[in-house]
Amino acid sequence: MRRSEAVALPLLALIAGLAAFGVFLLLLGKSPIDFYGYVYQAGFGSAFSWENTLSRAAPLLLAALCVAIPARLGLVVIGGEGAIVLGGVAAGVTGASFPGLGLGGIALMAVAGALTGALWIGAVGWMRVRRGVNETISSLLMAYIAIALMNHFVESVFRDPASLNKPSTAPLEEAYRLADMPGMAVHWGLGIGLVACIVSYIVMERTTWGFAARIVGGNVRAAQIQGLPTGRLILGFTALAGSFAGLAGMVEVSAVHGSANGSLAAGYGYTGILIAFLARHNALAIIPVAVLLAGFEASSGLVQRRLDLPDATMLVLQGLVFVAILVSETLVGRFRLFKPETWVRA
Amino acid sequence: MIDDRQFNRRGFLKSGASLVGLAAAGSLLPLSAARAAPLTVGFIYVGAKDDFGYNQAHAEGAAALKAIEGVTLVEEENVPETVDVQKTMESMINFDGASLIFPTSFGYFDPHILAMAPKYPDVRFQHAGGMWSADKHPMNVGSYFGYIGMGQYLNGIAAGHATKTKKIGFVAAKPIPQVLLNINSFLLGARSVDPTITCQVIFTGEWSMAVKEAEAVNALADQGADVVTCHVDGPKVVMETGAGRGMFLCGYHASQASLAPDKYLTGAEWNWAQVYTEMVNTTLSGGTIPNFVRGGLAQGFIKMSPLGPAVSAEARTQFEATQAEIMKGGFAAIKGPLKDNKGNVIATEGQSFAEDDVALESMDYLVEGVVGSIS
Repeated sequence: MRRSEAVALPLLALIAGLAAFGVFLLLLGKSPIDFYGYVYQAGFGSAFSWENTLSRAAPLLLAALCVAIPARLGLVVIGGEGAIVLGGVAAGVTGASFPGLGLGGIALMAVAGALTGALWIGAVGWMRVRRGVNETISSLLMAYIAIALMNHFVESVFRDPASLNKPSTAPLEEAYRLADMPGMAVHWGLGIGLVACIVSYIVMERTTWGFAARIVGGNVRAAQIQGLPTGRLILGFTALAGSFAGLAGMVEVSAVHGSANGSLAAGYGYTGILIAFLARHNALAIIPVAVLLAGFEASSGLVQRRLDLPDATMLVLQGLVFVAILVSETLVGRFRLFKPETWVRA
Repeated sequence: MIDDRQFNRRGFLKSGASLVGLAAAGSLLPLSAARAAPLTVGFIYVGAKDDFGYNQAHAEGAAALKAIEGVTLVEEENVPETVDVQKTMESMINFDGASLIFPTSFGYFDPHILAMAPKYPDVRFQHAGGMWSADKHPMNVGSYFGYIGMGQYLNGIAAGHATKTKKIGFVAAKPIPQVLLNINSFLLGARSVDPTITCQVIFTGEWSMAVKEAEAVNALADQGADVVTCHVDGPKVVMETGAGRGMFLCGYHASQASLAPDKYLTGAEWNWAQVYTEMVNTTLSGGTIPNFVRGGLAQGFIKMSPLGPAVSAEARTQFEATQAEIMKGGFAAIKGPLKDNKGNVIATEGQSFAEDDVALESMDYLVEGVVGSIS
């Protein structure tokens, strides 16, 4: 029953958030029925809508993992954006420097992206362990540094001289571009993200490493008394989280942009924070949450065009849902429905 | 401003916060609203439609299309240069039946428009920026651009007459050819008034970053510059900060006169309304828009904001004379003898680069008199 509470409460909160937004629309003189009709139509109502939603969800899966994994160790890392953009640059430069390797080239790019991301967020973990630097602040500030570095790299050191008005690294050859998954117009980034979520779930919930990590998250002192290598655990898992974000950058470069450039800083790292928190840092729960938020974003355009609402509409909706789900956390354990042991006494 | 929008982003958030006022429930639109127009035109913007800059200029052009019989306009703002814009284009095609799409941000072209065009061969994609080339790109893609550097040259003339310190300032996003041409043209315009004028340039590194833009204007004012212009996506912050520091202002992209009417000298504006109207009329009459379209003041691609009250009679005379000269076509702001600010020769005596010279599209220098560095 506890398990059903963990599913039912967020669902109820989601419905409450959607209902509250409906009231908000009514006050603006817009029909909530139309609104949710359009959200369904453009986000989930047809094959194209699903392709649209899943394409947008792909980078969010990996970005959310960069928040969810450290969170299990009690760390709030919010600077995944930095690892994404630098991972993208590393992948773009690697791909352009080592042509003609076929699938091996794609693997090389993935390693370069993941390694860069691992170093970047691993450094956040290192500062936490060795110097006691707050990881939330340091990761956020390092994201700004990362974006500045990316701009510097693509505009000077690694700039393709032919990219005049949109400074970029040299274009990737066709063989280094991630293709679409079979049967749909969604690139392989989605598959990579899904696999990463499932693997992360197994690591965090079904291995001794994950168990040790969760003990660190529960109580660092207790973990130390038990003799757990807390420092190495934090370093290892922040690096793992960063490698997923770096991989997200590689996917963007290989599947979407074809070279690294300023468009990499698209804010996926920040949307990932929202998704990880909504999923309560459960790697499997990230999948449906990312798809839901991606569906909202996919329908944002149709809502703008048909209802004459501004693009901020979807931000208001996301905010209301986020607050509703946070509030629902305080209700955990308060419903007798979910506590069968109390049924008899009633 | 676009006055027919019912809500803007800020007002929307505000009313969301207060939740005041009861309004009647909206009319129930059928979900798949039948749109029986002969032509649906889609516009996609990278920022807000009311940013007083790049996006507003395009949105004003798009708004002009509403006057044309049989045209349905669909728009979407704040669309990032990622897979999002590809899906927005597809969404407009699939849900709205758009057959002519204007993805207006420079960064939408490669790879996003190039990815969609082969998939939808019956849809025409028109991109602002002038990157189309016949041997590389699909025929259902077109590009268009204007010689707005000439507008900055005219800005420079107004600035040259207005400055007392002989120092003018430029807030620039990135050191790319289009921006460098604007900076150089602005200074050369001012130097046509007084050859001792210098122009300090500050690069913010981003197309839209309000804090850095405000800091840059303050730094320019601190260094003694008393006229400022810019090339960033939304010039609002530059104009308001500059006016607050008592500087004269030259606008860019759209008119910012309403932000500081007393300080606003003039501005280099896009005139997309004329360009878009012509393209849509061509399509409606069954014709094909040329793939590669460019123009300047003479062709009505750009225009100047009306001169403000701070412009002297002397300045007006020179401004109008030069404008008339440019209207004849073939005007060259970059002409010899000219050196860059490191002492390298750009043009020798008698050598000149007219506004439509392709050599200007790979500009990688700042001319003598511009204080600043590209790298």
